[in-house]
Order: sequence, then structure tokens, then C-alpha cells
Amino acid sequence: MKQKPTVAELQEIARQLRIDCLKMLHKAKSGHTGGPLGIMDIITVLYFHEMNHDPKNPTWEDRDRFILANGHCCPAIYVALSKAGYFPKEELDHLRQIGSPLQGHPKKKVEWGIEMSTGSLGQGMSIGNGIALAARLDKKDYNIYSMHSDGEAQEGMLWEGTMSAGFHKLGHRICFLDYNGIQIDGFNKDIKDVAPLDEKFKAFHWAVKTIDGNNIPEILDSLQWAKSIPDQPKMIIAKTILGKGVSIFENIPKYHGVTPSDEELKIALKELGE
Amino acid sequence: MEQKIATRDAYGEALVEVGKKYPQVVVLDADLSCSTKTINFAKAFPERFFNMGVAEQDLMGTAAGLALTGKIPFASTFAMFATGRAFEIVRNSIVYPHLPVKICATHAGLTVGEDGASHQTIADIAIMRVLPGMTVIVPADARETKQVIHQVVSHDGPVYVRLSRAAFPVFLPEDYQFEIGKGKVLREGKEIALVACGLMVYHAVKAAEILEKQGVSATVVNMSTVKPLDGDLLDKLAAKSKCIMTIEEHSVLGGLGSAVAEYISERHPTRVHRYGVMDEFGQSGPAMELLKHYRLMPEDIAAEAVKFLQAK
Repeated sequence: MKQKPTVAELQEIARQLRIDCLKMLHKAKSGHTGGPLGIMDIITVLYFHEMNHDPKNPTWEDRDRFILANGHCCPAIYVALSKAGYFPKEELDHLRQIGSPLQGHPKKKVEWGIEMSTGSLGQGMSIGNGIALAARLDKKDYNIYSMHSDGEAQEGMLWEGTMSAGFHKLGHRICFLDYNGIQIDGFNKDIKDVAPLDEKFKAFHWAVKTIDGNNIPEILDSLQWAKSIPDQPKMIIAKTILGKGVSIFENIPKYHGVTPSDEELKIALKELGE
Repeated sequence: MEQKIATRDAYGEALVEVGKKYPQVVVLDADLSCSTKTINFAKAFPERFFNMGVAEQDLMGTAAGLALTGKIPFASTFAMFATGRAFEIVRNSIVYPHLPVKICATHAGLTVGEDGASHQTIADIAIMRVLPGMTVIVPADARETKQVIHQVVSHDGPVYVRLSRAAFPVFLPEDYQFEIGKGKVLREGKEIALVACGLMVYHAVKAAEILEKQGVSATVVNMSTVKPLDGDLLDKLAAKSKCIMTIEEHSVLGGLGSAVAEYISERHPTRVHRYGVMDEFGQSGPAMELLKHYRLMPEDIAAEAVKFLQAK
């Protein structure tokens, strides 16, 4: 069994992934920047510390699954999957291009670690639950992780799935909700406030914990906590900073959906120590 | 007199049969299991049955998740909600990733009856057949329904099966063989080809008998697979018939009639007449009274066929 990376090593992986992500988005000239940077610390912990998965055997039936419900943040998983060894790094140059498996929103390609097509918000919760119900039938012990977002909490379907997971006591469901407070048109609180999220999930019989989603030790602790509760689905509400790691992007709604210009990329790479 | 059985009842029986044969079959419903007849499966295999409550979007999303692990999910609710309420989930989480979810929707068309227009979908064939990689099947009677369910289990990819609430004659011959993607000629004729699906196949057969008495020779085809459409059979019908008339318990916009017209108009000069529900909503009433009101009885079809044959 390979040694798990240390906190410092995970922080270094996250830094490299942010650099890969910005270069990829800059080249593609299309895509979402703020969200992927915000969730990169969680994605790093999941793919490089937490999940049982094997890039050499991507269809291994006992692997942990990850569903990115907020599919627009796929640049984060694309760089992570590439770094983990699912596909060559050069493929990142073809993000959003015709014929590339790296579509603007995830398109299922299990061989590359992309477990499911997602992107239309609200659907990933039910998909994850379906996998968990199948795992229970098959007496499997793997976990089904998923990432959701605060804007997604405005979708009715998210709550249909949330109710199902709570009712069925899906203990293998471990979810994160990326709570950066920002959606395309601006701040959640101005558009349609989603708070209080913790109380909502608790009311649906979930175990809920709120963390700093850009703090790797807190992310690691929250996953230990999640696995200590066997018979409830877990929601880790991750307070993140949109555009985390690059001061000129941080918490600015505009950077939800635009890619860095030449000048912005230069500043960003310098800040990230590239 | 033929025995009358609703296709939903045949579905409920077939589900238990395929459940015994295939351990990977799971069934999901959205609080309508007594109506869709998935209750039979629920009683036989409670651990493989999931009642998602009144939540059709969750129903389809959960079915997609189950399919990702190798299960073969049958997802049932009323056709209105399966294809309307949950359309985008069906599109993005089932059909786009080409997952083998079998959407078996009951209570399609006007024959829902007394519940009225809010529950009578006459657009489901249209909105399911525009999805790339989707298979759309509308069985004509209980006998065909059973064969359909047994065949779709091992069919690669998503399938939409349109089923009905009303008890209707079981009229297809005992040796009838359903094949996905193949229309079946039930009666050979010369002048007009009546191409129908679902409950309207029986009425088309009866209409052909009326026409025969009037000296008009009609072919009758059960086009139970609307997608992929049996183009070879349509080529043959176009070559030998003066005209083709489609009949369906569905809007004339976008359904079987549109599919046939699209195919024929690009290849043959043969005229196509689409017959079904005109561009209007249904309403409450007993199923057979509604079919009379909306002129979908055998005599209506026969009269329309004569009118169409005579038109220049």
C-alpha cells in the first residue's frame, strides 16, 4: 500500500493543479475559473488521499465513486484525473474542443475517471444515491462522494435526492457542498438566499458539518468524521473562496464563468509560484 | 370476442418474469405502483424495488445511478410525468450517457380517461424520439407488451415503452413475434397502408375490415417501434400503396405520423396522411367515449381513409 501524502504534499499538489487548471482554461479561452480554483483543495484530498481508486484499473468495481454534480467545475477534476494518471496531460490542451473527451461539462468516460455526465444542476444527488442503493444490494463497501454547490441548492431536484438519501439512510454517501456564496448573476444572498443550509440538510436526516473548504487539515478531518457515522448520509458544507489562490479572482462573481486573459494568467502564475 | 387486458397489466406480469430471470433487474416507481402495476414486482422482489415517492426527477436520476453499476432499472410512472416532468433528467442523465434504463410509462394518451388533460400526454412519443440513441416502443396489446419487456431487458441503451391504462382486446395472433425496430404487417392490402401503433393498431385492423366491405383494400401495419423506424418496410409500403395513413393515440405533431412522413417525404412520392389527436388537449371522460369524441374509432379511421384516398 502506497504511503498517503502529507498535508504539505497535498498543499503542493493543489498548487500544481491550480496552475494546470489556469493554463488549460487560458488556452481554451472558454470555461469556468472561479469554482474550480475554489474546490481544488477538496478535489486534491479526494483524489490523492481519500478515495480508493486505481487509474490503471478505472472500471474496478469496488472503487470509490465521485460525482461532480456542479459539472461546470470540471476543469478541477480534469487536471486531477490527468495528474493521477487517467489520461496524458497533453489532453488538457483540448478542453472544450470538438472531438475531445474533455467536454465543457463532464461527459461520462469511466476509462478516464469521469464517472458520469453531469452539469445540469440538481441531478448528481440522485445519481449518487442510485449508485449507493446498488452498492447496498450488492453488499459493497465503497463510498460515493459527490460535490454540490450553493447555487444548485436552488434546484428542486437536489432536495428530492436529499430526502431520498436521508430516508434510505445512505451511509456511504459523503457529499460536499461548495459554499462560496456566489452564482452566475451575483451573490446568493441577493438573488435567492440558500441559507441556512446546515439546518435544511439536518431536517432531511443528514449528518452535517461545516468546514473551511480551503483548509486541507479541516477537509481531512471532516472525512474522518464522515466515515465515523455509518447510517446517515453526510453533508460537509465547505465554505470556500471563489477563485482561491489568485488574489485578483478571489470572491469576484465575474470570475465564475470567464477564463483568465494573458495578463491575468501572468499575475496568477506568479502568485502561485510558477 | 377477444379477451381485454390493459398493456399496463401485461407489463406488471412481465416484470415479475424478467425479475426471476435477471437478478440485475431493479424497479423504481414514483408512488404509482398500484396503477403502473410495478406493485407485482415490489411484492415478489421487495429488496429490488424502490419507491421514490412523488418525485419523478429523483426517480429518473436514481435509476441512472443504479444503471451505472450494472443494474438494469425499469423506471415507471405515468407517461405525462416520465416524459414531461422528468424530461431533462431523462435527456441528460439517462440518454446522453446511453444508460440501459427502461422507462416504462403507463397511462399514456387519451385513454387515461376521467383524470383529464393534465394526465393525458399526447406528446410523449414526440419528445422521446428526438433523443439520440433512444428506442421508442408502443406495444399494440398485452401479448406484444410481454414480448417487449422480455426483449428490452438485454437491449443496449435506454428505452421508452409507452403503455396504456385501458383494458383493450388482445388481438395479435398467438405466434406473433415482436422484434425491436421491425414493423409487422398484420393484413396485406393494395390501395392504402394503415400504419398504426399502440391501441390504435386494433382500431386500424377493424377499420380495414370496414373498408373491405366498402371495396377498399387496406394493408395494416403494427409499427410498434417508432424509433428506430422500420424504413425497409416503409419502402415496400410506399412502392405498393397509393397512400399511407398513420394512426396513433397521440398528437399528429411529432409522433408516429411525423416519423413516417419524415421518412417517406425524403424518398418517395407517396402521400402520407397523419391521423391522431389534432393539435388540442384531451379532457375528462370514459376512455372509449373519449376515443369516439376525438374520432379515433374504427369507423372514423375508415371514413378518413376513404376521404384521403379520394382527395387529389
